[in-house]
Amino acid sequence: MKENLYNYILGIADNSLILGQRMGELCGHGPSLETDIACTNISLDLLGQVRSYFQYAAKIAGDDRTEDDIAMLRKERDYKNVLLVEQPNLNFAHTIGRQFLFDVYHLAFLAELQKSTDLTLSAIANKCIKEVSYHERFSSDWVKRLGDGTSESKEKIQEAINDLWTYTDELFHQTKADKAMVLESVGVDVTKLKNDYYKRVKDLLEEATLQIPDSKWFQKGGKEGIHTEHLGYLLTDLQYMQRTYPNMEW
Amino acid sequence: MNKTQQHIDPILIPILEQVSDPEIPVLSIMDMGVVRSALIINGVVEVEITPTYSGCPAMDVIGDDIEKALKNASYDSRIDLILHPAWTTDWITPIGRKALEDYGIAAPLEADADKEVLLNGKRLIKCTNCRSQNTKLVSQFGSTACKALFKCEDCQEPFDYFKCL
Ligand SMILES: [Zn+2]
Repeated sequence: MKENLYNYILGIADNSLILGQRMGELCGHGPSLETDIACTNISLDLLGQVRSYFQYAAKIAGDDRTEDDIAMLRKERDYKNVLLVEQPNLNFAHTIGRQFLFDVYHLAFLAELQKSTDLTLSAIANKCIKEVSYHERFSSDWVKRLGDGTSESKEKIQEAINDLWTYTDELFHQTKADKAMVLESVGVDVTKLKNDYYKRVKDLLEEATLQIPDSKWFQKGGKEGIHTEHLGYLLTDLQYMQRTYPNMEW
Repeated sequence: MNKTQQHIDPILIPILEQVSDPEIPVLSIMDMGVVRSALIINGVVEVEITPTYSGCPAMDVIGDDIEKALKNASYDSRIDLILHPAWTTDWITPIGRKALEDYGIAAPLEADADKEVLLNGKRLIKCTNCRSQNTKLVSQFGSTACKALFKCEDCQEPFDYFKCL
């Protein structure tokens, strides 16, 4: 099995899986019908993308593993998502802030992944980028509305951005699989996305009349499987059915 | 082979036209442009379909329905899901666009115009009920992943718009 490629795909897909699960939690709990539907549609897009990645990963694994096994039956330490996407839904501003900080990255990442020499990955990226551009429009639009809205909405989105800022730097860390895949022109060199990312985020925050956090301390670990306490609870929810009734299907 | 072209054996077209998107029953999968190739190879029909949206739950159903329709016409088949080239709303045929409109879903605009209506609130989409262009975006995300929600400010009717992809 091509272990680096397998791990590389999981690193990409786990971000979408965990963020998709978080957005799915809002089903029936969004602040308005329209935002509820938007959040669950984003969740559906992300989970759909995950299926393409995991089907490919299962093929590379070459054993009897299926896309469902990869999604549902790994242990916490085996998930490679960044810490940002596992952060809980504290309030709508927090949900939007998390989505925004990820979407800007996600869009830039997929633009590069389209150039991958791995044809399956470039095809998936080509498909996903169209959907993610709608996500980024939605979340950046809301950052501006909340930032330039009432004093309360401004305070909440500022607080969310300040809280979540510490998780942004990890997006640009390279894992062992990343480095190997960049060498083969399969993977994206995320270190090269960093400057443009912060520039784009800062421009949008300024437009939203928000302060740019100046904290220099950043959290890391998710990509190596060292997660915040929130992931365990999320996985309990996500995996409950498969753990309780192994191999059950709808 | 130019992959943006469809490669479909003409004999199979009437059979494939019977299959529709379960979420938009008036739209055949042929007019939606999801069938990229369908050829009879050694007596077996090999069909390639491409998903509209990644999360589209209709794809599994469409695959099963194609298999059934071909079986009814005494063909064995194999259905493959392909991702490249990515589906685009440009592949919806003129007949498909008309079927969407008649069903109450506004057909996708060109990419630039789509951006204008979804981002800047320009009024370019015609109400599917009264044809007025005095329509307003309610939400970028609608009842399914492929649609946005609009409202007509003349007849007050809410309706879906098929987003450009
Ligand atoms: Zn009208």
